[in-house]
Amino acid sequence: MILRLIERTGVFLVSLAVSSVLVFAFMAVLPGDPARVALGVNASDEAVAELRRQFGLDRPLPTQYFDWLGGLLHGDLGTSYVSKVAIGPQVFDRLQVTLWLVVAGMIIALVVAAPAGTVMAARHRKISGLALSAFSQVGVAVPAFLAGILLIVVFAVRLGWLPANGWTPPAQDPAMFLKQLILPALSLGLVQGAVLTRYVRSAVLEVLREDYLRTARAKGLRPFQALWRHGLRNAAVPVVTVLGLQLATLLIGAVVVERVFVIPGLGSLLLDGVSNRDLLLVQDVVMVLVIAVLLVNFVVDLLYVALDPRLRTAS
Amino acid sequence: MNDVLTVRGLSVTVRDTALVSDVDLTVGAGERVGLIGESGSGKSLTALSILGLLPEDVRAGGSVRLDGVDHEMVGANERRMSRVRGRDIAMVFQEPMTALNPTMRIGDQIAESMLIHKTLAKPAARTAAADLLERVQLPAETLRAYPHQLSGGQRQRVVLALALANDPALLICDEPTTALDVTVQALVLDLIVRGVVDRSSALLFITHDLAVVATVCERVLVMYGGRVVEAGPVNEVFTRPRHRYTEGLLAASDLETTSRRLTTIPGNVPPAGRFPSGCVFRTRCAHATALCEETPEWTGSETEGFACHHPAGVTNA
Repeated sequence: MILRLIERTGVFLVSLAVSSVLVFAFMAVLPGDPARVALGVNASDEAVAELRRQFGLDRPLPTQYFDWLGGLLHGDLGTSYVSKVAIGPQVFDRLQVTLWLVVAGMIIALVVAAPAGTVMAARHRKISGLALSAFSQVGVAVPAFLAGILLIVVFAVRLGWLPANGWTPPAQDPAMFLKQLILPALSLGLVQGAVLTRYVRSAVLEVLREDYLRTARAKGLRPFQALWRHGLRNAAVPVVTVLGLQLATLLIGAVVVERVFVIPGLGSLLLDGVSNRDLLLVQDVVMVLVIAVLLVNFVVDLLYVALDPRLRTAS
Repeated sequence: MNDVLTVRGLSVTVRDTALVSDVDLTVGAGERVGLIGESGSGKSLTALSILGLLPEDVRAGGSVRLDGVDHEMVGANERRMSRVRGRDIAMVFQEPMTALNPTMRIGDQIAESMLIHKTLAKPAARTAAADLLERVQLPAETLRAYPHQLSGGQRQRVVLALALANDPALLICDEPTTALDVTVQALVLDLIVRGVVDRSSALLFITHDLAVVATVCERVLVMYGGRVVEAGPVNEVFTRPRHRYTEGLLAASDLETTSRRLTTIPGNVPPAGRFPSGCVFRTRCAHATALCEETPEWTGSETEGFACHHPAGVTNA
């Protein structure tokens, strides 16, 4: 068990190190000198050289890499070559916004998918199960931004119940924060929930065929009790895998929904960075996203171990 | 004393195909009865329909009554059947490797049997689980183990322990040793017999292994094609078989045969629902005549008899 934890932590740390090298290398091999890009084609060679010295771009690449990495470890993401503003605070502000959105979306997805998928599996030959199946099929086909637009049209424009866009930090005005969170979180969550429902359904169907469920019934448990006590934890293992993948896609996929609802999240910061040719900002945002995805995978690995005792021995 | 289990005219059908027909079966209190036959003869379906655990779209008909349960069990609703299962009747299945929940500790799985039926409260159920494990010769540490940490034989002993947890009046074992190594088969059989004798429980033992029936059971029923073709005390049936199928089965398992070639029953068991009309065995029987197109009547008493037009052991047959 302890060995397994050390092993997973090791994998996590090594992936972090490797990906930081890759992100740095990828940005370094991009054609064009960051200083030249920042100052524009009309800048004089002296001005470019001055900026290079100012941001340390004249030093050898390994030195630049370790300097950047050292900063990252202390939460210092450097200063933008374009706006000359510290990048760290911006990224952390935006990250919080995106995290709220993603976490709320994921909770909605799970709340929809877990019961719906279970009912679909338990009643897979009955009308109610088939109807839910058809409904989730529609959900899978709808992209999140379209769901967002539809939700805005219905709940914001027609009914006027909720604001169509905008963002308020929770500390500033909790009520407004919730109101503005509902629609974007729903448009992310319902679509992800439709996809997740199908995985929950197949996981539960799989478990329903297991011998140990028959043993549980032979003990005297009713079908639903047997599924609840013996099936859910076993069905959770494949569902957690998909949940991890979905969280990772949501982090990045939230960008479209952030645009639809005019929310200042990490996705829009990344797009701004790209259009302003703010290379260090792009590099930092990409690295933060990579860290988040790796962290999600790490947590999924730990959850496996918690759920399935067979995985508690190191591989 | 009353019979523990009384099955009358049991049939099992899937859509319009009959898989088991007209099975009569009685198990007396504390009696050990064997049910033998090749795979596809309907033994397991008979067991599952007694417990009411048939797969979806498989239907049972006829009557199953259990002593001390005041309702008919065929077609009884889940609520009533779940009270009977695990308390009055318990079952040990064939495949020990998959019969236990991989994510739950052994102790919790055994204690659950007692907690469901409220036979014991939580701390007492824990102690009882340890005791049950000891009786199947597993150490007390097994309580905290997960199924994957145990071998097949150990897991089957756990399944036996949880089946016996509530001292059921009837234990059904469906090929409990078929999936096990030969070396542990004897131990598990011994534990099953000891378990039911200690509790004066009755045993319905399903197997295709004649030697196992001979050591475990007092009485035996032979099934073929979803029907009981012969029944009687083990000694009687195995030394003087009457039905031609039983005769063939015994000849096929006789290892002391003098001829060089192994004796077999010609042909194969037909697929489910494709058995001939009349005597189900007539297409593979050397003694079959036109008479066998009619279903043979049961000859003899309910506990000892056969259904054959040309029985063995009659000189002018």
